[in-house]
Amino acid sequence: MDASTWVAKRPEPTALARLFDYKPFLIAVCLFPAVGLLMAFLTYPLGLGVYLAFTDTQIGGNGKWVGLENFIDLMEDPIFLQSVWWTFVYTAIATVGKFALGLWLALLLNDNIPFKSAIRAIILLPYIVPTVLSAIAWWWIYDPQFSIISYVVVDQLGLRDKYYDFLGEPWPARWSLIVANIWRGIPFVAITLLAGLQTISPSLYEAAMLDGATGWQRFRRITAPLLMPILAIVMTFSVLFTFTDFQLVYAITRGGPINSTHLMATLAFQRGIPAGQLGEGAAIAVAMIPFLVFATLFSYYALGNRKWQQGSDND
Amino acid sequence: MATVSVRSVRKAFGSVEVLHGVDVEVEDGEFVILVGPSGCGKSTLLRMIAGLENITRGEIAIGGRVVNNVAPKERDIAMVFQNYALYPHMTVLDNMAFSLTLLNAPKSVIEEKVGRAAAILGLEPYLARYPRQLSGGQRQRVAMGRAIVRDPQVFLFDEPLSNLDAKLRVQMRAEIKELHQRLKTTTIYVTHDQIEAMTMADKIVVMNGGNVEQMGAPLELYDRPRNLFVAGFIGSPAMNFVKGKIEGGIFRAGEVSLPLPTDPGTAREGQPIVYGIRPEHLRLDPNGVAATVHVTEPTGSETQVIMHLAGSQVVGAFRERIAEKPGQHLHIAPDPALVHLFDEQTGTRLN
Repeated sequence: MDASTWVAKRPEPTALARLFDYKPFLIAVCLFPAVGLLMAFLTYPLGLGVYLAFTDTQIGGNGKWVGLENFIDLMEDPIFLQSVWWTFVYTAIATVGKFALGLWLALLLNDNIPFKSAIRAIILLPYIVPTVLSAIAWWWIYDPQFSIISYVVVDQLGLRDKYYDFLGEPWPARWSLIVANIWRGIPFVAITLLAGLQTISPSLYEAAMLDGATGWQRFRRITAPLLMPILAIVMTFSVLFTFTDFQLVYAITRGGPINSTHLMATLAFQRGIPAGQLGEGAAIAVAMIPFLVFATLFSYYALGNRKWQQGSDND
Repeated sequence: MATVSVRSVRKAFGSVEVLHGVDVEVEDGEFVILVGPSGCGKSTLLRMIAGLENITRGEIAIGGRVVNNVAPKERDIAMVFQNYALYPHMTVLDNMAFSLTLLNAPKSVIEEKVGRAAAILGLEPYLARYPRQLSGGQRQRVAMGRAIVRDPQVFLFDEPLSNLDAKLRVQMRAEIKELHQRLKTTTIYVTHDQIEAMTMADKIVVMNGGNVEQMGAPLELYDRPRNLFVAGFIGSPAMNFVKGKIEGGIFRAGEVSLPLPTDPGTAREGQPIVYGIRPEHLRLDPNGVAATVHVTEPTGSETQVIMHLAGSQVVGAFRERIAEKPGQHLHIAPDPALVHLFDEQTGTRLN
């Protein structure tokens, strides 16, 4: 056969090729991994947790259905009520701190400063180090005998004659945890807000400068509104992470002294695992869900999509 | 309204000097266009006038006041950016009123000033829209509106039309020119498009490699380009250049000889010369030189013909309809009064 006698004819697709062209099959195949993972690692544990919250299950035994009894008990449990209050205070103060410092850092890094990329890398360090490791470092910093802060202030500078007892009293312990949480949260806020700042065109600042805006006016009228959409997302995540924080608190104070620093998450673990009351622990965990849903919806609807972002972007 | 003086201005980024001593005088109410190829320093010069770049050496004065150390907002200028730089989170109204709100202007003043600018630019129906909801031409107008509302001493335009499509560009060109005739504000306009420069400017400043090549009225630059760069840059289609020598009172390039201009100036016998003639100054002449036709491009009103003559490519623009096919010969002759002679080494004009 040569080119003149050859007739173009498409080969028949094989059965396998036809199967992969069959849309319902493709949909099933493509969805399976994602749905499977979600079912195994999200839906099942969450469902089990919610179920356990309505039982009196203890470790090693099968519980029975008790309805809302766990929740009714919690309503009269001063330790639980204190942990709810403390979770809100902790989240609120730590979020404000993280955003104030993180935004400030992002604004600094957005300017032209020497060694910018090196500084950016260093700033990420608290975020890269495993939380438990950094928690242990903070634990040492807060140690009643070996604290470096006490060492510097008392032994080196002589400004005090007694070592600090960071973790021995409720309020010092609470503030210590907030400081550690802010320290750990700043990199996430700073780096994401920096990414947001870099999407703002420099010519907007130049235009504003020519329009007569001062530095503060440029921040308030250009930077802040343009940063709001990404700020809302970062804020949502930050609030969720802080609200559900476990590692820092558990590693530094284990909820003490006298349960004063128990967050809902640490209290749920404390009741469920070391104390063995799985049902009660699950109930505390389930009690967090409404707060989390509310926080998500609030930031999504109140701060998220803005009118000026709609319409085509044909720059 | 004010004059703008740029006196021996230099600009260096680190050790790289991009402007090597530029002098430009802009009269009160004049429309001056800085034109040149990419990287010639025209935008840098404009940004220095605006105060967005430092002045390395020399001085810039606006309205007689040296502004080297004056902040941009104190210079009383308004600038239209290439990407318009509209504030995306503000409506058209707020964009245009921004400078006034910063001054705490009363609402009635804002409404009056923005209303007047919007009327001039036909933006009234769009005042409540956001920049994203506007087309390119409308955004362009909002950017100009923002400048008009300021009522500044000087308008600065940084390639304002380069993001628009060809048709809109022609339309906006006329609008900007009309706007200037109406407001009579001193305007400095940067473009790389010589047609924009020719059609809009009172005075063109041709820049190349950080230097001013020539400065003058559009037709002055067209008629008497001072050097080869300006000759090649101004005019479309571009001027034809043929290299050769003067021998026995006529210009010779290989086999071809062409008539010299009536006044050959300082051009000497035997000197290497570049002979320049604009496509529209070539005419069909049975006694002229024979050029080989390569491509004909009829546009209706005229026909452009790409030909080969003495080893160079030559473009002719003729009123006549050309029937010659590629490969055939066309007899052409330059108009001797409109011939330009340049020194081949230095590129400077000789006649």
